[in-house]
Amino acid sequence: MSARPLPLLFLNLGGEMLYILDQRLRAQSIPGEKARKVMNDIITTMFNKKFMEELFKPQELYSKKALRTVYDRLAHASIMRLNQASMDKLYDLMTMAFKYQVLLCPRPKDILLVTFNHLDAIKDFICDAPGILNQVDETFRQLIEMYGCLSAGEFQLIRQTLLIFFQDMHIRVSIFLKDKVQNSNGRFVLPISGPVPWGTEVPGVIRMFNCNGDEVKRTEFTTGGNYVTPQREGSFELYGDRVLKLGTNMYSVSRPAETHTSESSKTLASSAKENIAPNPLAKEELNFLARLLGGLEIKKPGGSETGFRLNLFMTDEEEEQAALTRPEELSYKVVNIEATEEPARRAELERILGDLEVAEPCAESCGKGEDLLALMDGL
Amino acid sequence: ASFQAAWCVLPARILLVLTCQKGIQMYESDGSIMVYWHALDIPEHPPAQAVFARGISAAGERFICVGLSSGMVLVFDIPHKGTNITVSEVLKEHHDAITDIAAELGQAPDGAGDLVTADDAGTLCVWSSGEEFSLLNRIPAFGWTCSSVRLWNGIIAAGYGNGQIRLYEAATGSLRAEVSAHARWIYALDLAPATGKLLSGAEDSFVHVWKLSRNPDTDDVEIEHCHAECVTDTQICGARFCDPEGNSFAVTGYDLSEIFCYSQV
Repeated sequence: MSARPLPLLFLNLGGEMLYILDQRLRAQSIPGEKARKVMNDIITTMFNKKFMEELFKPQELYSKKALRTVYDRLAHASIMRLNQASMDKLYDLMTMAFKYQVLLCPRPKDILLVTFNHLDAIKDFICDAPGILNQVDETFRQLIEMYGCLSAGEFQLIRQTLLIFFQDMHIRVSIFLKDKVQNSNGRFVLPISGPVPWGTEVPGVIRMFNCNGDEVKRTEFTTGGNYVTPQREGSFELYGDRVLKLGTNMYSVSRPAETHTSESSKTLASSAKENIAPNPLAKEELNFLARLLGGLEIKKPGGSETGFRLNLFMTDEEEEQAALTRPEELSYKVVNIEATEEPARRAELERILGDLEVAEPCAESCGKGEDLLALMDGL
Repeated sequence: ASFQAAWCVLPARILLVLTCQKGIQMYESDGSIMVYWHALDIPEHPPAQAVFARGISAAGERFICVGLSSGMVLVFDIPHKGTNITVSEVLKEHHDAITDIAAELGQAPDGAGDLVTADDAGTLCVWSSGEEFSLLNRIPAFGWTCSSVRLWNGIIAAGYGNGQIRLYEAATGSLRAEVSAHARWIYALDLAPATGKLLSGAEDSFVHVWKLSRNPDTDDVEIEHCHAECVTDTQICGARFCDPEGNSFAVTGYDLSEIFCYSQV
């Protein structure tokens, strides 16, 4: 499978995360200054140079568990805290949104436009911080450099790799259900009308040529679809009209995002198996996490700033209830890694752990035993 | 992780060929014994370019051809029985990853060759199989990936990433028909050799059945639309006829754990 999808996965999921956090910060009436600080801090951490360097190296996608850990850390990069239930819901929303965007991309290359939509919006979230703005622009340039010349076939391979990553996830999101974009069984609606992708003709015409290349016959056929020609192509430049709406912010204060996890899809059997079997990739995932998290500079909150807790649900009771009723198959289990590593690896990890300074231990995500995350949380 | 599977029907035996990330596996037709394993040259650190095998076809009565992401096509010489399978040749005409390979399913007219290979850029190559394969024709790309290809009675049917189906004359490489068939990437083509029916499945959730024929007077290639089926909310990933006449077909899609079968009533 493709070794190039991780930057796209990370940036798009990060973008969705920021949309949701922005909406919740406003819904919960968090004071403007604190809200702006949280957004700035998370964006700064996300686009940190060393982190981006690691991200852009050719590598395979790792498990959902490993990736989830990175977002856990990212969401806690500032003075904001999230309980496990809220973090779970945040991750559900992020992943289903991006799954939808990847699935509905008209052309495989449009996944780059989706990414640019997210980056454009992230630039708008940044407040009075030209340094961070530059970092985002720099990432933009890196994306154009890395993906700008890929062929349709290479983009399709990236898209297929991402779709496999999201396979069998059918969490229902109320904003999607309301907009009739998702069915009640969790599957996305594929419209058979609207503009065809740029470069595709509206289906329905057969042209036949003789051996000299002259058109000798033309017939038409109907399908039941109702397609039209597209107006224009989206821009792949640093600035420009992307045209595509996928990847733009669909949330606002009046349209909160809720998920339904009480009725899980019956196709979760495969992910349940993934949790039970011993994970042979544990060592690889540990390396991946160590490298990525080593690049994440988590700032200690300043003395005068007091932290606050963000709730992804309407009330604290709802949040508690969600934590209790979350189906087993949907729990994002912490990566279990043996701490008995060889000395060199151990030393490197200890150095990285030392760099990670988390202000408050996150009690809910501490597992028993010697797993790495428990070590980190204990700092 | 498995990538592709295909039955390769040769006069002496049938082998099941699987491509995966690490290499190519060949099994006896009941899946009981692996008779051959070909490892792909995978560098230690993942390169930016993915490495994989894709495109499988039996060819010329004693060969099995498998495509690679480098654009090369491996030709395996298959003995009547046993495990003494060897790479007899490597075809090096393509510069982009191979997407599909198809062998002649009917009767090839003179000079039409018996094998077609397609790649990511959309280039098609027509070959004549044998001790040494020879390249008969090279059909240039027009800007879109050719995702799947079929060959029947000297007619090449090619499905493209922009939803178009094109028919070419294998003997000359000339374009004989252009169909704006689908609104999205075509994933699968299949052909029923007894009737010339063509099946196309795409990400737009549609499956179409077409009929290929040759006008006996003008020798022109003709294609007509027979049937459209919308598999609601499903991006079709695979579509195959279940019988040589093309009276029934099976369909698979992304996120689908079922195979849908359709038959003509």
